[in-house]
Amino acid sequence: MAGFQVISRTTGDHFSCQEGQSVLKAMELAGKKCVPVGCRGGGCGFCKIRIVDGDFECGKMSKAHVPPEAIDKGEVLACRIYPLTDLTIECVPQPEAAFEKQTTTKA
Amino acid sequence: MKKGVMRPGHIQIRVLDLDEAVKHYTDLMGLIETDRDDQGRVYLKAWTEVDKFSVVLREADEPGCDFMSFKVVDEATLVQLEKDLIDYGVEVERIPADELKDCGRRVRFTVPSGHAFELFADKKYTGKWGVSSVNPEAWPRGLQGMKAVRFDHALFYGPELAAVYDIFVNVLGFYLAEQVLDPEGTRVAQFLTVSMKEHDVAFIHHEEKGKFHHASFFLDTWEAVLRAADLISMTDTSIDIGPTRHGLTHGQTIYFFDPSGNRNEVFCGGDYHYPDHKPITWKAEDLGKAIFYHDRVLNERFLTVLT
Ligand code: FES
Ligand SMILES: [Fe+2]
Repeated sequence: MAGFQVISRTTGDHFSCQEGQSVLKAMELAGKKCVPVGCRGGGCGFCKIRIVDGDFECGKMSKAHVPPEAIDKGEVLACRIYPLTDLTIECVPQPEAAFEKQTTTKA
Repeated sequence: MKKGVMRPGHIQIRVLDLDEAVKHYTDLMGLIETDRDDQGRVYLKAWTEVDKFSVVLREADEPGCDFMSFKVVDEATLVQLEKDLIDYGVEVERIPADELKDCGRRVRFTVPSGHAFELFADKKYTGKWGVSSVNPEAWPRGLQGMKAVRFDHALFYGPELAAVYDIFVNVLGFYLAEQVLDPEGTRVAQFLTVSMKEHDVAFIHHEEKGKFHHASFFLDTWEAVLRAADLISMTDTSIDIGPTRHGLTHGQTIYFFDPSGNRNEVFCGGDYHYPDHKPITWKAEDLGKAIFYHDRVLNERFLTVLT
């Protein structure tokens, strides 16, 4: 139950992540909310983070959100990242929510 | 006025990993694999569908939807609608017969929201899966998972809904069944039908072009939707929201994601549409209730998580 420690430099949250478990899944199970949760399948780009420190493995991610050069900069999708060491992450700001006049839509 | 477009025929979905996707759409959702082609695409159908396929999966490095296609009543209608599209100023591309196996020629065009659609008249008629057309039994044995009944509709996100409306309604003969209007009266969502269903295709306004929100599959009962929810948990499949009811169309629904992040829906029920029905309007101020009738609040994911 030790696993690897993941620390969010943006929010100060930290949680442990088992081997073979995605960072996003570990975060959800720990009840933390530091990374936005979207499709959990590497397709929507919602869970984009920057890995500031640590080693990891990647699953398949949409090229639209993670072009090959982004991986080198550590800009990846938390739902497709499997830590190999402890990780320090940073949240990447989301693009503006795209639905027009969304401010008026919360019931 | 109807112009011979009959129903959704097929949708081609891009996936990051073909094997994982096939497992999801067959084992979990209950579609049946009917063929593969030399491009590596996999052809699937739901058991009540009479044509050979309704879903095509293509492996790519970016998920989403390549195109959605509608079946028209016959070749003469296809010729006429192709001409009508061109006369309206829509650029059309002719896809030869058998580019998709056992499918006749297709007329492809892209609407101003950035989405590609197709019309076709012919596809190999294989009949319902697992039941005879003479004295058929109620349902076939051996269906998997959710036992999806049919590919029902798709929802797309993109700009220029008014221009999209003009093509679907004025050129192709769809009807506006339901809409969402903002306080200035601008239509920010449109649910379009060519059948008795409350929608065969729908659009929600979004700045970025060509985004795919979900492909939806019909189930018979609320019990089947709850059973689908059980299966989503049993398989640890990524859930979006539900089971719940929509305000728009009043369908009972659950949303989840395929392994590449494309959203799927299975649903039952919902209102019906005849050509003399006037459009139903939901106010954008009440969008929470329009989309999720019970919670009456949108989850942010519904509006922003797309492929
Ligand atoms: S949640 Fe969609 S890409 Fe990670
Ligand atoms: Fe739907």
